[in-house]
Amino acid sequence: MSALEAYWKENLSLIRNLLIIWALASYVLGILLAEPLNAIRVFGGPPLGFWIAQQGSIYVFVILIFYYASRMAALDRKYGFED
Amino acid sequence: MSAEVWTWIIVLATFALYLGIGYWARVRETAGFYVAGRGVPPIANGAATAADWMSAASFISMAGLISFLGYDGAVYLMGWTGGYVLLALLLAPYLRKYGKYTVPEFVGDRYYSNLARVVAVIAAIFVSFTYAVPQLRGVGIVLSRYLGVDVATGVWAAVIVTAFIAVIGGMKGITWTQVAQYTVLIIAYLITGIALSNFLTGNPIPQLAFTFSDFAVRLSQLQVELGLKEYVAPFQNLNLLNVFLITLTLMVGTAGLPHVIIRFYTVPKASDARWSAGWALLFIALLYTTAPAVAVFSKYNLLNTLANKTVEEVQGIDWVQKWSKTGLLKLEDKNGDGKYQITAAKDTNEITIDRDIIVLSTPEVAKLSPIVVGLVAAGGLAAALSTAAGLLIVMASAISHDLYTRIINPQASEATKLTIARVVILLVTVLAAPFGINPPAFIAQLVAFAFGLAASTFFPAILLGIFDRRMNTQGAVAGMLVGLVFTATYIVGTNYLGWPRFLFGISPEGIGTVGMLLNFLVAYLVSRATPPPPAEIQKLVDEIRVPKGAGAAAEH
Repeated sequence: MSALEAYWKENLSLIRNLLIIWALASYVLGILLAEPLNAIRVFGGPPLGFWIAQQGSIYVFVILIFYYASRMAALDRKYGFED
Repeated sequence: MSAEVWTWIIVLATFALYLGIGYWARVRETAGFYVAGRGVPPIANGAATAADWMSAASFISMAGLISFLGYDGAVYLMGWTGGYVLLALLLAPYLRKYGKYTVPEFVGDRYYSNLARVVAVIAAIFVSFTYAVPQLRGVGIVLSRYLGVDVATGVWAAVIVTAFIAVIGGMKGITWTQVAQYTVLIIAYLITGIALSNFLTGNPIPQLAFTFSDFAVRLSQLQVELGLKEYVAPFQNLNLLNVFLITLTLMVGTAGLPHVIIRFYTVPKASDARWSAGWALLFIALLYTTAPAVAVFSKYNLLNTLANKTVEEVQGIDWVQKWSKTGLLKLEDKNGDGKYQITAAKDTNEITIDRDIIVLSTPEVAKLSPIVVGLVAAGGLAAALSTAAGLLIVMASAISHDLYTRIINPQASEATKLTIARVVILLVTVLAAPFGINPPAFIAQLVAFAFGLAASTFFPAILLGIFDRRMNTQGAVAGMLVGLVFTATYIVGTNYLGWPRFLFGISPEGIGTVGMLLNFLVAYLVSRATPPPPAEIQKLVDEIRVPKGAGAAAEH
């Protein structure tokens, strides 16, 4: 396998894993399970499903992008593809 | 000094600042004009992207929209932020590595086809125009509401400021004014959000007050007592299927909007594009996590202050008098019992609150100094002006770069190219003004179009161009056309021709997701039934997959 193929494979699996978290935070917890999760109230504040949909998911998105950028920087170095 | 005097001072000062930056950033070569010379640091590009993306509607109307939709307002919160994850992981670094000027250029080159290029040019212009008109109108409305000038005068003021910066500074001028505009709009938004949060909950950080106080639950109970919908319960205004599909359409549409994508061409390296997307979302999230808190606090405060109170009591409140005059707050004791009731039924409801009042009235409700009123006006203007500028350069570059220099006259000299670009941007700006002054009634609904079309045309075409080496011109063009025609037909039919929502009741705002899936399916099937793309295109795809050499790729 060439360096490009190996690099691309690692990149794809990182993207896949992060997109799974992205979908879990928004579509699964924020929408599909919003009703049952609303039975839980954390911190004495709003119901959990509502909180994830209006606030929590956005924090997850921000973290995902910065994590991706730092992991890819490491991957670029590993394969010598830095720009 | 009165709020109006402060508003004049702050608005004129910010306009002078934008014009000054525009003059400082004037450019003399096409790379400067189209991609700001690719010298924008990732953090600055993040701020510019945030200003570019957050429109007059995000600043003025979004918190109000959420406060009326309750939980279901999440479609906008998640939809308009989640798209940046797609952008950062799937598009931005590769488009930056490819390293040219526009989105239609990537589509045209990757699919080695002028037909694909023209389809992309038309989609880019359509999407950007429908989006630019409400921005210009937004400036007119803010100026008329705060300073009492005519809406038309306000629109022309927007046109003059934007055209000056864009014509002399191109993308470079736009980028640096957007950085200033982001600063103005976020300070304005946070000051009011912090003050409101502190005024009602005693906690100055809106995000923490939202998370650790029970105001959302109290609002929810208050709404139920008044006979309104439960605030925190999902699917009160939109069913589960529509919440799911609208969120996905807004995410994918965000990732496919040309004015957002081209911002990532302006950073020095492909790896910078990844970081820059993170900064952009962080800067956007500052406003987008404040908005649901503002929504809860001001709605609770409004209902609590007004509902079932006596006429004398309510009429004695300063901000009630002021906002009643603007028509944004309507109070009418219909049953003559001396009290104002709020009900779900239109004929018995006595309090009508325009959604824009949620943000606009906050400084007065939270008893802030008149300076803040002026700052909120300047923030709304910054949001509208920055977005308008980003959209105008997309339209101008699609016409001058993709149509003129790539198809009509590839031999044009550098000076001719730049002149054409400047003339086109001036024409586009001036042509958009009448639409901003007298917008056709359907323009607000067209925003759904913009997202639907970006989701069903650009996003799949670009994604497949990067991730599927085997994708060819036949597949991409067929996919874009099917996605475009299907999505446009459904939106036009259900919005204007009285068609029933024949696909499981899917709202036109959410149909872009279906259009995108059809695009992917058709593109795959057609590309596999036709010959693979030429070897040099497959080599190009391999090249854009690695950041190395992004600097070299930029020299063309």
